[in-house]
Amino acid sequence: MSRLGVRLGELAGQDRKALVTFITAGDPDTDTTVPALHALVEGGADVIELGVPFSDPEAEGPAIQRSSERALANGVGLNTCLDMVKEFRKNNASTPLVLMGYLNSIIAMGERAFAEAAAEAGVDGLIMVNLPPEEAGPLKLALQDHGLDLIFLLAPTTTPERASKIIEQGSGFLYYVTLKGITGADNLDVQAVGERVAQIKAEARVPVMVGFGIKDAASARALAVHADGVVVGSALVNTMAAGEDPQQLLADLTAQVADLRAGVDSQP
Amino acid sequence: MEGANRYEQPIEGHFGQHGGRFVAETLMHALDELAALYDSAILDPEFQRELQRDMETYVGRPSPLYFAERLTREFGGAQVYLKREDLNHTGAHKVNNTIGQALLAKRMGKPRVIAETGAGQHGVATATVAARLGLECQVYMGAEDIKRQSPNVYRMKLLGAEVIPVTSGSRTLKDAMNEALRDWVTNVDNTHYIIGTVAGPDPYPRMVRDFQSVIGREARAQCLEQFGRLPDTLVACVGGGSNAIGLFYPFIDDASVRMVGVEAAGRGLDSGAHAAPLNAGQVGVLHGNRTYLMQSDDGQIMETHSISAGLDYPGVGPEHSHLLDIGRAEYAAATDDEAMAAFRQLNIMEGILPALESSHALAWVASHAGQMDPDQIIVVNLSGRGDKDIFTVAELDGISL
Repeated sequence: MSRLGVRLGELAGQDRKALVTFITAGDPDTDTTVPALHALVEGGADVIELGVPFSDPEAEGPAIQRSSERALANGVGLNTCLDMVKEFRKNNASTPLVLMGYLNSIIAMGERAFAEAAAEAGVDGLIMVNLPPEEAGPLKLALQDHGLDLIFLLAPTTTPERASKIIEQGSGFLYYVTLKGITGADNLDVQAVGERVAQIKAEARVPVMVGFGIKDAASARALAVHADGVVVGSALVNTMAAGEDPQQLLADLTAQVADLRAGVDSQP
Repeated sequence: MEGANRYEQPIEGHFGQHGGRFVAETLMHALDELAALYDSAILDPEFQRELQRDMETYVGRPSPLYFAERLTREFGGAQVYLKREDLNHTGAHKVNNTIGQALLAKRMGKPRVIAETGAGQHGVATATVAARLGLECQVYMGAEDIKRQSPNVYRMKLLGAEVIPVTSGSRTLKDAMNEALRDWVTNVDNTHYIIGTVAGPDPYPRMVRDFQSVIGREARAQCLEQFGRLPDTLVACVGGGSNAIGLFYPFIDDASVRMVGVEAAGRGLDSGAHAAPLNAGQVGVLHGNRTYLMQSDDGQIMETHSISAGLDYPGVGPEHSHLLDIGRAEYAAATDDEAMAAFRQLNIMEGILPALESSHALAWVASHAGQMDPDQIIVVNLSGRGDKDIFTVAELDGISL
């Protein structure tokens, strides 16, 4: 079983919710990324999403857009991301790590070449912001051959019929986008999310995570009640952007994740 | 034409390996709805009547097919005819599409429209139809383009639209499109996104093509009427490619008609500073569709360069990529300098001020018409007028207006 399956299975067994944390590879610089991944784990992250910087991040809000621009200025692309995962795996064999980004990075490397390199580096799955299941066939097959999960997203605008089709194809976990908008937005309606996630969970064979708009322990707690876990991205990316002293930055990151962890765990 | 040779229609938005729908899940339902509405609207006689009436009484169609006599003599070869899309209301072909999409927005009951714009022609055309239908309108425009197309920025404001400067990335058309997609994902319930070219996720490439095909339908009928035969060669500039596909598409099954799209070679295809993905790009996915793109080895979209803001785009409509793959159309490129020379030539010899975009098509004609026979006919899409470009040209001439 994959790291993702093991970890999410453990959490379900303990009746705990998952904390999924996102940072962009190469932001603020290439040296900080791997220590930051360890800092996320130290703070209590269950799953790591590592953002692959892309020149045209269509679904991102300002925080992740800017982080992507900084990372690109540092020369970071998909190859560097895989190197970082390899480095991370030297000291961490158990925390599941998924890459998140845009399809063009994968196409440029080639679907099959990517799947092989990603599996070898220690990647567990892939979230593609701009790849609906209808277009995902070749990539999904390539990833399956190497035991990697392709994680699909659902949105408030996804119709029930369409949701059923996506749920059927889901592997690893399903990612429910909590709001109509871009990452880091603040128009969250917790009750509506709860109702929708309940419907998805009733059908899903894999855990359902919720993300977009979760900023702090309070919003993490409020949403963790309804899902199998929460994803936090822009709030952590803001911390990465604000840090000047690397050691302080890592300490801040760990503290922030620990606070989110407490929020997630404190739900009844 | 043999039935077996006929051009195949896209299947589920795919033109061969190109096209498709690569967007955030939040937009998938809106695209499904738009495709369903569009598919029913084109079969609805009432919609067609409304569209036809607007094209005649508001846009001023049909646009003339004009014989450029002095230019033809100058080149000493094929006869050069200009399809005068520059004479449309708002001054370019863009309005053919915005009229159609605004009627769709009205049918969907969406009170707000958004658009991206490069040269500002599509922004003006969107602001125009929004004003007429009483729709709220916001136009995203790269900060760089706002500088070089200030007359159009002011026109949009006069039309009651809000122009939102985009300061991310290269601050040009592609970034404006990113920002428009972000707006749409946030306001999808009450907003229709009027994409201005034949790119984007399905149904945009085929929908915009169909609205622009009025250009080719008229040109085909005008040729048959004036010459009793089809033209030999069609020429149009290609940025996203909406004016080109609009001219080409009604001739697609006429195997004798050669189709030439002209991309922006900027400072030269070897310089890297250009916007010619069909000449020098690789297949990738951007803005909702798979197509040829200007990109780096690791899949980052590259900054492009063209003297004309409307061609300064790293992608191209997926159907053009397909037409290149199957060899039905060919794609050349003209440099900034060649386009500028053609721009000046048309002013001096025909008394017509062309858009810098259209001047790229004219540049191809300038270098090829002379090698063709005098009984051959070239139809060039004069896709827009150049009033908006006089500041750019004056600056090149060292004149401050």
